[in-house]
Amino acid sequence: MLDIVGKRNLWFTLSGITILVGLISLFTFGLNLGIDFTGGTIYELKFSQPVAVDQVRQSLAEMDIENPVIQKTGDDIIFIRTKIMDKDEQQQLIDQLSQKLSKAEVLRIEMVGPVIGEQLTRQALLALAVASLGIILYVSFRFEFKFAIAAILAVLHDALIVLGIFSILQREIDASFVAAILTIVGYSLTDTIVIFDRIRENIRLGKKESFTDLVNRSIYQSLTRSIYTPLTVLFTLVALYFFGGSTINNFALAMIIGVVSGTYSSIFNASPVVVAWKELEARKA
Amino acid sequence: MRLGNTIKFAVTLILLAVSIYLIHPLDKTIKLGLDLQGGTHVVLKLKETAETPINQEAMNRVIEVIERRVNELGVTEPIVQSQGKDQVIVELPGVKDSKQALDTIGKTALLEFKEVNPDGSLGDTVLTGASLKKAQVGYDQYQQPIISIEFDSKGAKEFGKITEKSVGKPLAIVLDNKVLSAPIVQEPITGGKAQITGNRSVEEAQKIALLLRAGALPVPVDIAEIRTVGPTLGADSIAKSVNAGIVGTILVVIFMLLVYRLPGLVANFTLIFYILLVLASMVLLKATLTLPGLAGLILSIGMAVDTNILIFERFKEETRAGKSLRPALDAGFERAFATVIDSHTTTFITALILFWLGTGTIKGFAVTLMLGIVINLFTAITVTKNILDLIVGVDAIRKIKVLWAVRREEKC
Repeated sequence: MLDIVGKRNLWFTLSGITILVGLISLFTFGLNLGIDFTGGTIYELKFSQPVAVDQVRQSLAEMDIENPVIQKTGDDIIFIRTKIMDKDEQQQLIDQLSQKLSKAEVLRIEMVGPVIGEQLTRQALLALAVASLGIILYVSFRFEFKFAIAAILAVLHDALIVLGIFSILQREIDASFVAAILTIVGYSLTDTIVIFDRIRENIRLGKKESFTDLVNRSIYQSLTRSIYTPLTVLFTLVALYFFGGSTINNFALAMIIGVVSGTYSSIFNASPVVVAWKELEARKA
Repeated sequence: MRLGNTIKFAVTLILLAVSIYLIHPLDKTIKLGLDLQGGTHVVLKLKETAETPINQEAMNRVIEVIERRVNELGVTEPIVQSQGKDQVIVELPGVKDSKQALDTIGKTALLEFKEVNPDGSLGDTVLTGASLKKAQVGYDQYQQPIISIEFDSKGAKEFGKITEKSVGKPLAIVLDNKVLSAPIVQEPITGGKAQITGNRSVEEAQKIALLLRAGALPVPVDIAEIRTVGPTLGADSIAKSVNAGIVGTILVVIFMLLVYRLPGLVANFTLIFYILLVLASMVLLKATLTLPGLAGLILSIGMAVDTNILIFERFKEETRAGKSLRPALDAGFERAFATVIDSHTTTFITALILFWLGTGTIKGFAVTLMLGIVINLFTAITVTKNILDLIVGVDAIRKIKVLWAVRREEKC
């Protein structure tokens, strides 16, 4: 049988290094925050004829629009991100581009003021805090406090890894990213709890063995489940990533990273943390 | 027992038929969010003034006035509702009408009649538009558009007094601190009727008349957020999501068949049932399907079979431990139940928090996720168990070990 618990320091180190790399990136490069957080205006315009980014850049420069981000998302589709522009300014921009280049159809315009961004950040942090608290309470109630803390650590591990990778990739973060993180928090626990559940059952069966052996056995017994359940979720996420379109792309990516990390952390981190904690207590006593 | 199973299965089939009836045709029955059908979503933030604090009363008045404005514009199925203490959400389906609506939504539309000082600057406000009864566009003798206004009886009396006092002097008509016109009062106006002239287009006159009819906002508002999605992108998002959903479902279905064979086939049937039930309950609850909601639904397809995987793995384990098929199946369901409840509860907690704290389309995501979890408990446990009980009762099927993905040496 695999001795997962015995090699726990290796798993903890591995997770630690990954998180550290992510944190370094977070502190040096930060996150690529979208307008949901920073405020600003984005346009997705479909032109009647193919256009080049340079043409758009030049036209925008003539309108004195500072530092726009311009991307081509299709032959005739252009994505523009600017500072906050009111409705009249937006109309002006579209009219100008239509006149200078070719007729522009509005696929999407989003303007977010600064108030909303602050609100979203506050809500995201509050949601994460409340979710963590709710989970600690529930797991403490159904299992025990040590399990709850181990579960939360595993989940925060997943959230940090997603944030870190998004920082490294400089992928844009929007409101749906917040939803993804919270869903990861909820879902990554599923696997952890399946193993905890097995530990609880094995404790009740009362076979004579050390706690370490019991946890190892529980992880091993749940292994197929721990791999299959996220696998089916990954099937749908990968389909969303490749076929779901640009708006849903980042959401799917965040979820994919979160689910993979969640699988790892439930097998290699959560239960081993409980064992480490119990051993530490035993040594002190 | 057997009869009970047959009845249960009949109930399942009836539910299935009802779901299909409810959601057919899907494009007519399910309410689509603005990000899928196209339209404009506006968030207004109320600004406190020295005179008016932001309270429930001010909020209600703002909603009332804005509702009247968008209704007068003829926007189909607009939604105006409060969000938090000081924000109002306005949802305007369809892009064509919303352009015009956006022009009027954020306007305070405070109409004031002001005295004009000898130096031409504006003096005190002598009357506001609060006692206005009517406002409509007409034409003067030069075919120039004018706005005819009419006061209620109280306003008419006051207007009479004011005009009496200012005969021979100009009286400025001001909308949101902008002078619309400043005619010289020829004689006292006692009938409560007046006209706002000035060089403006018919559209402009109509806009002003509409604003005056709908009334003024008690406090000024800021446009905090505007999101417009064109119908092309909305349709494209639906098509792409449906594609992703089909591909994802096919992958899951193949996986379940390969790994679990006959029980996998049953799980696949209940998975389809699950999707139909989620959609049907969205129709029943009149919930709005947004793009994140659609993503949530697709995601939940992958999560829904988790329950069956937990049960079937447990079932396999029990057969390995020497149990024969039927008791192993019972044990699988029984033992996996606690695990399923515990593991689903945590996802439900986070979805609930998302619903509570999230705004706009994210709420839609939380709704599908929560619905999915609850419905999944029914389809993956109750319905799957019922069908498997029925099948396992047929000796001929029970004896074909290969169908159950259990090893040969095991008893069946």
